[in-house]
Amino acid sequence: MTSVFGLWIYLSTTPLFWLTVTLLAWLAADALAKASGRHPVANAVLIAATIVGALVLGSETSYRTYFDGAQFIHFLLGPATVALGIPLYRNRALVLRNLVPMMAALLAGAAVSIGSALGIAAALGAPRDVLASLAPKSVTTPVAMAVSERLGGQPSLTAALVILTGILGAVMVTPLMNALRMTDFAARGFAAGLAAHGIGTARAFTVDSVAGTFAGIALGLNALVTAVLAPMVLGLF
Amino acid sequence: MVLGFAVLLVCQLVGEIASRGLGLPVPGPVLGLVLLVAGFAVWGRGRTDAEVAASPAARVGDGLLSNLGLLFVPAGVGVIQYGGLLKAQALALALALVGSTALTLAVTVLVFVGVSRLMGHRAADEAPDNRGDAA
Repeated sequence: MTSVFGLWIYLSTTPLFWLTVTLLAWLAADALAKASGRHPVANAVLIAATIVGALVLGSETSYRTYFDGAQFIHFLLGPATVALGIPLYRNRALVLRNLVPMMAALLAGAAVSIGSALGIAAALGAPRDVLASLAPKSVTTPVAMAVSERLGGQPSLTAALVILTGILGAVMVTPLMNALRMTDFAARGFAAGLAAHGIGTARAFTVDSVAGTFAGIALGLNALVTAVLAPMVLGLF
Repeated sequence: MVLGFAVLLVCQLVGEIASRGLGLPVPGPVLGLVLLVAGFAVWGRGRTDAEVAASPAARVGDGLLSNLGLLFVPAGVGVIQYGGLLKAQALALALALVGSTALTLAVTVLVFVGVSRLMGHRAADEAPDNRGDAA
């Protein structure tokens, strides 16, 4: 019996184990999402993170130990962000044609994202540091954490809020767009990337490649605009 | 595959150096994205889009993008660390996230489509929604 326990001690601390668990959880979650016909609620990121999170918590593994294995996947976010340039180049004619609507939607969307989050949280009595942590919730994690820190927030709380916003946006976007009778996939994708950064973009790519392209553009542009706008909007509260 | 991956990493590395070196608010990978598009624009001159799509960088990049969701799983699992922080302000944060995300999605798409219509062009892939009436 000690050998089984010893084996677990070895396995649970090696990067190989948690890396494999993450990949298997993703394959299962993606198969489930596919089987549901890509139903918005059956979001593969949400399902996989829930499975792995439950295993990490249940086995009393520290997140640091888990991340020793998962960092190899996490690292690929950087080159994947660079790779968003590929569909952007491929659809450059369509992108150029939509430049003005994109800029207008960018400014309006970024202002509403920060302003409405702060307005709701402030009305419910959230303290100042929580507001500062919440302001950049729609942008990609590294930018959001840097903005939060500059505003006097807690960067680690921001990281969690960013991920939750991404999952919420990815789950909400399709039913909301259908309810609004929006059929322009460039506009739908742009909204997904602006409100829900990379997780919204991942969702957009599973729906339509043009939507994914515009989501990728919105993700990049909103990182820029929110870094400038968040301190100004927070100043109003 | 190695060449394609190297191209993406070089773009990211140069973007990272520029972002940190110049203290820009744009993260390195986003600058790397701009660099990659500029690179394709130069390299793609005189080449067809099919040739560009078959380039090593494009093939590796498409592979990464087709599994983009997977790359967010480690960060998603990270939320478990902040249970206490989130619980302290659970109601305010939950309503702020849900309300603000829905509002942001709606305003962004409506402004995009509204300005697009004001400019008089129907988006290329917009399907006519009154086909029934016309028939």
